[in-house]
This record gives sequence, C-alpha cells and structure tokens, in this order.
Amino acid sequence: MGLDFTVVPAYLDTILIGVLWTIAITVCAAILSFFGGILLAVIALYAPWFLRLPVRFFAWLFMGTPLLLQLFLIYFGLVQLGIDLPAFVAGVIGLGLHFAVYNSELIQTAILAVDKGQMEAARTLGCSRSQALRKVVIPQAVRDVIPPIGNNMIALLKDSALVSVIGVSELTLSSQLAIGRTYRPFEFYAVAAVFYYIVNLGMEAVMRRIERKTSLSR
Amino acid sequence: MDIELILKVYPYFLEAAVVTIELSVLTVLLGLICGALAAAARMSRFRLLRIIGAVYVSVFRGTPALIQLFLLYFGGPQIGIQLDAFEAGVIGLGLNIGAYMAETMRGAIVSVDGGQTEAARTLGLSRAQAFRKVTLPQAMRLMIRPLGVNINAQIKGTALVAAISVVELTYTAQRYIGSTYKPFEMFFLAGVLYIIIITVTGKGITYLDRKARLP
Repeated sequence: MGLDFTVVPAYLDTILIGVLWTIAITVCAAILSFFGGILLAVIALYAPWFLRLPVRFFAWLFMGTPLLLQLFLIYFGLVQLGIDLPAFVAGVIGLGLHFAVYNSELIQTAILAVDKGQMEAARTLGCSRSQALRKVVIPQAVRDVIPPIGNNMIALLKDSALVSVIGVSELTLSSQLAIGRTYRPFEFYAVAAVFYYIVNLGMEAVMRRIERKTSLSR
Repeated sequence: MDIELILKVYPYFLEAAVVTIELSVLTVLLGLICGALAAAARMSRFRLLRIIGAVYVSVFRGTPALIQLFLLYFGGPQIGIQLDAFEAGVIGLGLNIGAYMAETMRGAIVSVDGGQTEAARTLGLSRAQAFRKVTLPQAMRLMIRPLGVNINAQIKGTALVAAISVVELTYTAQRYIGSTYKPFEMFFLAGVLYIIIITVTGKGITYLDRKARLP
C-alpha cells in the first residue's frame, strides 16, 4: 500500500478543529500550571507542615511517574470518586498539575534566590509577610524563571498529544478518527506532525516575546 | 487501600517493570548513538551534514513523541517498515530522545573553552586529535549531568509505548485499572516501581558525575 495524500483534504476540517482543541487545551493547562506552580511553590516553602508535607509528597510522586499514568489515574480515579468530568477538563487538570509540579520546582529555587533584603525592605515599609511575598518577592522570582517555564510550556504542547488516550478529540485523536475512516495512518499522522510542528513554532515565538517583555535587560 | 489486591497483582507489575527497564536501557543506548551522530553532524565542516543534523533535531523535538511512535508503528507498513510493537517502541523513542541528547552533547562540547583546542593545535595535534584528546574528554565530564536529565525523562517517556500495546508498567496499570476499578492502588503500585527505577538511575548518574568531577 503506497502513500496517497489526496485523501487528506476531505478531512482537513476535522484536523483543523483538532488543532484548535490542541491549542485550547495547551493554553488552559499552561495557565493552570503557571498559577498552580506558584501556589505549590509558596506552599512547599512557607506553609505549615501539615500542608507542606503532603504537597512535597505529591510533587515527588508526580515528578517520578509518567504523565500517561497520571492521566489514567485522574480520569479513572475521579470517576471512582463519583466525579464525572468531561474528558477535556480531566485532560486540562492532568496536564496542568503535571507541569505545575515542574514549574513549582523552578519557582521555589527562584524565590530562594531573591535577595533577602527585598523581603526585609518590604516589611520595613509596612507590608505584611504575605503582601511582601505577593507584591515584591514572587514577581521577581517568577520573572527570573520565565525562560525555563517557557521550555516547560513547549513540552506541555507536545505532551498534550497524550490526552487523546482519555478521549479528548484534539489533533492526535482527530487524526485517528480520519485514519479509522480511511485506513491511511501514515498520511494522517504525517499531517498531524506538520500541524504540531507549526503550532510549536508559533508557541516558541510567543514564548520569545514574553521573555523579551519580562526580562529586565531590554 | 486494598492491600490484598496489591499483594495479588504485584508479580505482574514486577514483570512489567522489567520490560520498562529493558525499554529504558535500549532507548537510551539508541538515543546516545543517534545523539552523538547528530551532534557530530551539526558541528561538521560539511554544510549538507549540518543541515541533516539540524533537521533531525528540529523535527523530532518539534513534534510529539506519541505522533512519531504512531507514525512508525501504524504508518511504517505503508512505506515497507514492518516492526512489532516493542521494536517500534525502541526505535521511535530512541530516535526521539536522540534529538534531545544531541543538543545536550553539542551544548557541552561548545562550552569547552576554545583556547583548549588552540593550545592543543599549537602543541602540534591535528584537528581530530585535539578534539579526541582534549575537547571531548572535558565535554564528556560536562554532559553527564544533563544527559542524566534526558535519561530520567526517557524512563518516564517509555510509558508512551503503552499506547501501542507494549505490556510495560503503564499498560499493565491501565489494564488492571480497567479490570479491578481500583485506580489508586494500581497507580500506587506502578508509581512505586517507576520511582525505584528513577531513583536508582539517578543515584548512578550522581555517582558517575562525582567520579568524573575534577578534584
């Protein structure tokens, strides 16, 4: 069976809708992982032990196991607990939590690297500890780790293909749908790869822009 | 937590963990070979080789590993590549991690001070000798730790072959989640095994890194 790319155009709309879903899930999960990462970092560093220890354990578990396994856990585990989430939401939560843990590690290091004098100065000016963290320390810490967080977000885009296994009809699953009708796996996976590559280029450009906007040395 | 169930199914998970270890070792070896070749190609004197190396790295890093795996396993037969799931898993994931390792290796080689090559050349070594005897040994010392990060990611990355039905840890966990409806127990069991594999590998890499570090 040779290659025949003429079957592709008939399914282009299916694939393009898949691209939109891939972008949607990537953006939602990226936002969740960014703010979740900050939250986890603050808890891991400053919360009382009964919050800190479970969060550290959770982070350790999530960093040591594959995303695919975590997606199965979230998807099937929530059903077992009686929470029936749409696949899209389960996918966003799974991807978002996974990358939140990685972002949190980066942000923790950055928070510790912010000069102690910043916190002291803010406190002297009358800020409470939480105000000083929120308005002085964390913004500086986050700015320092924007480039590595950007790398994580690009990894997130590629890992978003995994949510096809729990039934989110993003780019990978849309291609599989077309393959199911046409029995032409090579053509459609190749097309999916091209679209991923294009979205990836776009994402890299966006990240570079954000990096430029947030870096001090403009 | 259903301890009885865990005690009943854990032998299957152990067997699956062996497959995960096999996959990890084979993909990492293939990745190191592809990575070294691609890094060499990217730094070659010949433009064509540089382009081939750059395209390989860019394509494999720019698309999801899962798509690469599907393309090879399901699409391969259409272009005359017939592989069983395990072989496709090793080759697909090995090529994927190779692209990441190529960048790691290139980064380490580039960060060795240029003066080292110049000094070696002044002392009468040929370009190849200077690279082999002066630059490379120093670069290898630098690349142990970042390659360790790649290897750690790859161990978790082997879970992807569950999607083409290779019976490794994630596939086994998924199957037992489906048949027992005990997702937390099965996740715990597979998770512990993954963490053991990753921790042991991590310790090995730290040991190597410390050995290679200059006093």
